[in-house]
Amino acid sequence: MLRISLDKLDTLFAKIAEKQKLYIPSDREDGSAEYMEWSEGRKLSNALNTVRSAKEFFFPQTESLVDFKLSGKNIEVIDIRKETEDFVVFGVRACDARSFGILDKVFLSDPVDSYYQNRRNHGTIVTMACTRPSETCFCTAFGIDPTAPEGDAACFTDGSFLYIKANNDRGEAFVSSVSSLFEDGDTAELEKVQAKTKEVLGILPLSGLSTEAFGGDKLNKLFGSEKWAELSESCIGCGTCTFVCPTCQCYDIKDFNTGHEIKRFRCWDSCMYSDFTKMAHGNPRLTQLERFRQRFMHKLVYFPANNNGELGCVGCGRCLTKCPISMNIVKVMKALEAE
Amino acid sequence: MNNDTLIPHIGVVTDIRIDTPDVKTFRVISPEGGKVFEHMPGQCAMLSIPGVGEAMFSITSSPTNKDFMEFSIKKCGCLTNWLHLMETGQQITIRGPYGNAFPVETELKGKDLLFIAGGIGLAPLRSVINYVRDNRENYGDVQIIYGSRSKQDLVDYDEILNEWMNDPNISVNLTIDNAQDDWDGHVGFVPNFVTELNPSTSRTVLVCGPPIMIKFTLNALKALGFEETQVYTTMELRMKCGVGKCGRCNIGNKYVCKDGPVFRYDQLGELPDEY
Repeated sequence: MLRISLDKLDTLFAKIAEKQKLYIPSDREDGSAEYMEWSEGRKLSNALNTVRSAKEFFFPQTESLVDFKLSGKNIEVIDIRKETEDFVVFGVRACDARSFGILDKVFLSDPVDSYYQNRRNHGTIVTMACTRPSETCFCTAFGIDPTAPEGDAACFTDGSFLYIKANNDRGEAFVSSVSSLFEDGDTAELEKVQAKTKEVLGILPLSGLSTEAFGGDKLNKLFGSEKWAELSESCIGCGTCTFVCPTCQCYDIKDFNTGHEIKRFRCWDSCMYSDFTKMAHGNPRLTQLERFRQRFMHKLVYFPANNNGELGCVGCGRCLTKCPISMNIVKVMKALEAE
Repeated sequence: MNNDTLIPHIGVVTDIRIDTPDVKTFRVISPEGGKVFEHMPGQCAMLSIPGVGEAMFSITSSPTNKDFMEFSIKKCGCLTNWLHLMETGQQITIRGPYGNAFPVETELKGKDLLFIAGGIGLAPLRSVINYVRDNRENYGDVQIIYGSRSKQDLVDYDEILNEWMNDPNISVNLTIDNAQDDWDGHVGFVPNFVTELNPSTSRTVLVCGPPIMIKFTLNALKALGFEETQVYTTMELRMKCGVGKCGRCNIGNKYVCKDGPVFRYDQLGELPDEY
């Protein structure tokens, strides 16, 4: 398999960045990792994952949709869309890589969202296999193998070398564009690391999490569960879970008057918020119970009902580490599976 | 780059009719003349004043009207207040059509129809009623039961009085909530009026109105022997995108903007009670 010594990563990044923008997970001053644009001196983070997911490369937290100019009674509609420049996201974990497939089912289904599609068409995803999964990881419950991630091309490491393989045509093009830096090498050491990682995956505290109780046919059984009251009782509706979630895709559309024109933009929104469904005539989800239930029912029942049973969670564990009241999808699944 | 549904068209408001103290009907055409797009009865459109807001409204006019679209809009929030302040000639943005339609070309064809509306709930049904009137040979008997708070709150009273009530092929039954001096018609709530009128259970029913009126009307219909599979309604939830992506109008695995807004009652019964 093609490999490059880990101490030559900077050379690899420089080569990639010659032709297009490159984003890698890198450490902030507080030690947490975020995707940052690579430039000379920027180091790849050792963290297991970034605080925020990689979804914002394709579905940014805010993005302009269209501009309007008003004059008297007239309105001018200005299409501000531009073809995105090619870019590479390097170091995406298997969980986040799977989330793109889930977002695709929303944004690329008819009618196609051209803003998302534009970014998707120009982004190359280079994933990185996990070697040190944490106790908040449960991607394997959703059939994800973190030692063999999806993405256009996948990278693996044994601690000394970075190995690379293409998963599709775009990945082939990427690998061939950097292959001059790689050499063919033996994978014996890598296989040892992969076997050890798999062993760890098997003994992680959430490794036995079952998804059997969930799916599109469980609506009536789960919606009416009495557990929702207790589960949602402490939820403060902060929406942190939705913002760090790689598969949450609800959005708001708002207008901003710059003084020169009106900019219509969309931004992430959360079904956990009290005004999410509020209308002039009332609100169908009046209490946090309904809002809380909506988020989990959507991932565990409604989304699978429309997508051949695929659940809307990838087990990245971000909601486990970030929820201020320590509520999360795992607790919800465990409480509901007894229903 | 392909067109994106989130980028709206321009519409020109060419006529504004005051229907009730809080309902106006706006006529909208494209700046080049004619309709901005075609639709089927029951479908909706996103109307917006840039900088103020954007919201989903049912298209009140029938698609058989080839010259313009009409929207009957009740003043009840920021955007609708602004719309009510408009003068003719004002441009707005419009995108759509969104959602499904009443099955006028399939299930409703050849059927005896009963329309039941309360207040502004007449707006989406008016599109169907006028579609049926313009294709009269395709449908059986037509009965309309419509009620409002007062005589002044009956939306588009002139059309009801001068066209529908003069149409020998349609029977119209009006009611208002409380008696008033210039009213010699029926007084009382719509659901009770439906029970009193005792319509034939052979009819297919289309209901729209405030949620509480729909609920009691359905109970009245059931008591009269109507099946849920005979009754259609149209729903309203908050919407932003109009195409099932922003997540707002999600009920169960359905999105009201794209899988609705028209639902048959038995289909609605399969969804969680969250609307």
